Amino acid sequence: MKKTLKFIALILCFALIASFAACAGGSNDESAKSSDTDASATDDASATDDASQNAPAAEGAFKIGLIGPLTGGAAIYGNAAKNGAQIAVNEINAKGGIQFDYKAEDDEHDPEKSVNAYNTLVDWGMQVLVGPITTKPAVAVSAEAFADRIFCLTPSASSTDVINDKDNMFQVCFTDPNQGTASADYIAANFAGKSVAVIYKNDDAYSQGIRDTFVKEAEAKGITVAYEGTFTEATSTDFSVQVTAAQSSGAEIVFLPMYYEPASVILKQANDIGYKPIFFGVDGMDGILTMEGFDASLAEGVMLLTPFSADDPNAADFVKAYQDAYGEIPNQFAADGYDAVYTIYQALQESGCTADMTPAEICEKLIAVMTSISVDGLTGKGMTWDASGAVSKDPMAVVIKDGAYVTP
Amino acid sequence: MKKGLKINKTATKDYITYLVVIAAFIIITFMNRGGMLNKRMQGLLVPVCCYIVMAISLNLTVGIMGELSLGHAGFMSLGAFTGVVVSQSLITAIPNDVIRLVISLAAGAVVAAVGGFLIGLPVLRLRGDYLAIVTLAFGEIIMDVINCLIVGHDSEGLHVIFNFRGDKTVADLNLAEGGSAIIKGAQGAVGTKTIATFTAGFIIIMITLFVVLNFVRSRSGRAVLAIRDNRIAAESVGVDVMKHKMIAFVISTTLAGMAGALYGLNFNMISADKFNFNTSILVLVFVVLGGLGNILGSIIAATVLYILPEVLRGLQDYRMLIYAVVLIVVMITTNNPKVRGLFLKIIPKRNKTEGGEAQ
Amino acid sequence: MEFLSYLISGLSLGSVYAIIALGYTMVYGIAKMLNFAHGDVIMVGGYISYIAVSYMGLPGWVSVIAAMVVCTVLGVLIEGLAYKPLRAATSLAVLITAIGVSYFLQNSALLIWGANFKTYPSVISGTLNLFDNRLSIPYVSMLTVVVCIVIMVGLTLFTSKTKMGKAMRACSEDKGAAQLMGINVNRTISVTFAIGSALAAIAGVLLCSSFPILKPTTGSMPGIKAFTAAVFGGIGSIPGAFLGGLLLGVIESFAKAYISTQLANTVVFAVLIIVLLVRPAGLLGKYVPEKV
Repeated sequence: MKKTLKFIALILCFALIASFAACAGGSNDESAKSSDTDASATDDASATDDASQNAPAAEGAFKIGLIGPLTGGAAIYGNAAKNGAQIAVNEINAKGGIQFDYKAEDDEHDPEKSVNAYNTLVDWGMQVLVGPITTKPAVAVSAEAFADRIFCLTPSASSTDVINDKDNMFQVCFTDPNQGTASADYIAANFAGKSVAVIYKNDDAYSQGIRDTFVKEAEAKGITVAYEGTFTEATSTDFSVQVTAAQSSGAEIVFLPMYYEPASVILKQANDIGYKPIFFGVDGMDGILTMEGFDASLAEGVMLLTPFSADDPNAADFVKAYQDAYGEIPNQFAADGYDAVYTIYQALQESGCTADMTPAEICEKLIAVMTSISVDGLTGKGMTWDASGAVSKDPMAVVIKDGAYVTP
Repeated sequence: MKKGLKINKTATKDYITYLVVIAAFIIITFMNRGGMLNKRMQGLLVPVCCYIVMAISLNLTVGIMGELSLGHAGFMSLGAFTGVVVSQSLITAIPNDVIRLVISLAAGAVVAAVGGFLIGLPVLRLRGDYLAIVTLAFGEIIMDVINCLIVGHDSEGLHVIFNFRGDKTVADLNLAEGGSAIIKGAQGAVGTKTIATFTAGFIIIMITLFVVLNFVRSRSGRAVLAIRDNRIAAESVGVDVMKHKMIAFVISTTLAGMAGALYGLNFNMISADKFNFNTSILVLVFVVLGGLGNILGSIIAATVLYILPEVLRGLQDYRMLIYAVVLIVVMITTNNPKVRGLFLKIIPKRNKTEGGEAQ
Repeated sequence: MEFLSYLISGLSLGSVYAIIALGYTMVYGIAKMLNFAHGDVIMVGGYISYIAVSYMGLPGWVSVIAAMVVCTVLGVLIEGLAYKPLRAATSLAVLITAIGVSYFLQNSALLIWGANFKTYPSVISGTLNLFDNRLSIPYVSMLTVVVCIVIMVGLTLFTSKTKMGKAMRACSEDKGAAQLMGINVNRTISVTFAIGSALAAIAGVLLCSSFPILKPTTGSMPGIKAFTAAVFGGIGSIPGAFLGGLLLGVIESFAKAYISTQLANTVVFAVLIIVLLVRPAGLLGKYVPEKV
């Protein structure tokens, strides 16, 4: 009796898997052929955010792909950018004119998986790539895309390794050196004579990259770096030692070139031991106020250089659309994803590309116009690009007061 | 005892293994030539080869030697970074990709062998789960240490900094004009010229098969099997436990280093945190699902399980969940005597040969 | 003074490791399996407690109980569905299944609670300031250490005094003999999982109170560290797990402070390797000589 029961359970399990697979396979094929059937039948499983749910993908839709970590430890960044880009795609498709067929693939923040995701998208017929979202995967994919001549605009992979020597790679975010230098300059100009402690994540290209240029620029500007502490993914639970050491080094400013997740722990642990320096963050810090359950009073007085603020009146429509669709306040990654899609939209318009061109043709045309366009996005007014692929926009220095950004 | 009686059978099994690999290679090459493989499949070829070699080599440690290793990715990492450094610094001296690839693979293998020997000295003195945790520890240590390495190359040769305090950068290498950084600490090895090919992957699988299958039939291999099945009995008849275990372990790490070198040269960028505990576990899953001591099983499991998440991409957010469920269900179906009995009843012809049991 | 504060942060971190390690060790001692999903049960405990406090507005201590109840049920379910069918299988097969369970829990959490980080509201806040504020001890650190000691003593008493505890020890010595003595081995193992999972829930709450980030992978690294701690102290030994956890935390803290923050993990693992070479069964583990 027991045996039979178990056996039935097993069969059911397999049936479940098989049905999932069948269902997914179905939706895949359909979107690949960009058929005009309504997606409702196939997509119950894959959430509500599938590209095809809006206007049926028209004949002349550009296929744009996005690669980012949708699962795993960095899932928050990938999902935010994916959702932000989705909103932009929906808006653009609703306008008429240029249409987008949009598909996001998961890379688990792993360069190897990212290349797999990239290849999958190329098979799908991708013409322009938004992404990859995180730095290391972006470096790996950029080389492939460079060889294949596919135009890439990464929302948030900020290392110079992403764009170096690759004319098809462009960034929406600041490069790491740019941020490090800007932060050091800002501190030198506004807090002359105060010593600085730096805590950074040394197995992360983003954090390390900003730290390197920050320290170099700080030296040049005569800022004393009193303490440098590092952490890695494996030791990112407890920062009390680094915070205590920073405190005893007498640093009055603590520079935190990192994402807001570890930063929030550092703020709490510093508060626990009664250490109240000026915390100075970079664009990765944005989002700290929207963390669910975060005690905003801990972030009181934190300064950061950021291109995006969810409180910005210009972003109000986007924030509302995002909240309606996903129930969360968008962070900077979402805004970067949104801007990336709009930038591509504008570049496609100006270059006069049509959806029947090959990716390589589109790539050459887009490269040609990228250096001449100027985009007003959520993360910067009048964003322009140079031939290297780096964006030029003004970082905004803000300070957190009563749980909101204000300009100091 | 069982083993001894099956020698002829197992020899046939070896030939089947070779044949399967060769046939698969020929079919895939033809399909590729004929344009029947899409880009995704093409992209998967080399990584699959690397993971197959990893799985076979880990099978030597876990299945044939019977010791659980949780740090196998560490040796892959040693091989990968060595391979990248060698290949990138010889890029002007040896412009031929094939020769450079061979040298890099050999270098990766050698460094991993040395690493395996040094780590084997303490590790192999321990047993069971204690051995497992120490291999895990070494895996993490290798990762941390490589994260601190900054390596560059210029006309004067290699420059290496061990970035112990975290205050050094590529600029501190003082590279001469025309030099370039190869490993940038945590930012990984960036800008590698990718020279790995599927043919190279096939060849290292064949080398691995040849080495491992012959090792198992060798004097030392039989000693290792004897140690696995009954260490005390083996010791009492004069088998040098440490020596034979060490040989098996070093062979295993050498092959892992070779796989790592090929892996490293297949991607434009690799970073040390790729080769963490999770990657070790991934390879271990291949080995256990393929059957301990069963080489062909390892090959098939590595291929199927590596491709599975890629095929499941259509499931979007659910794909890793399904992967987990598949893993659990497969483990239960293959290991629960009742469920397996049911399956055997349904498919009476299928004759399961389990490699062996690790204690 | 810094020395003291490093020591305290080490003890606090170590106590969290120790509580997790206690769960590991109990399960290992009886079921002889490395339950790699233990870290993820901690994560679930953290989320349940978070939901109870933030969404349902329940007081902190109720949320702890809620987390314990849910985790206990979860632990028993996991054991019954995934591990029980493998009672006769090799330990490696069970290990891989445990890894599958771990993936399953992480990805379920991702689907249920989303990828966004949640900041855990500490069950207890505030700081004790000593010596003119030169030494500050967060109350949560003290609570963690106290809870850890209470649990350790409680478990020791439980295993040595109660009937169930004795049954557990009997199972851990020899399952076959225990069964012949009329002990229900399956039930004993289920109870062990229930206790281990309840401990995981407490560990989850304390972990998140000290290091307040909740995400689907919150449990994995502390899980591995705690496994290390359990082996360090001698796996299967309750005082061993306690000692191993505390030492691991303190070593990690001192390594960060005095050697290199880069290589803190390396130092921890190096100490572990050295200890195992000197004492191959861990600090307090029993070395069982093999009989021929």
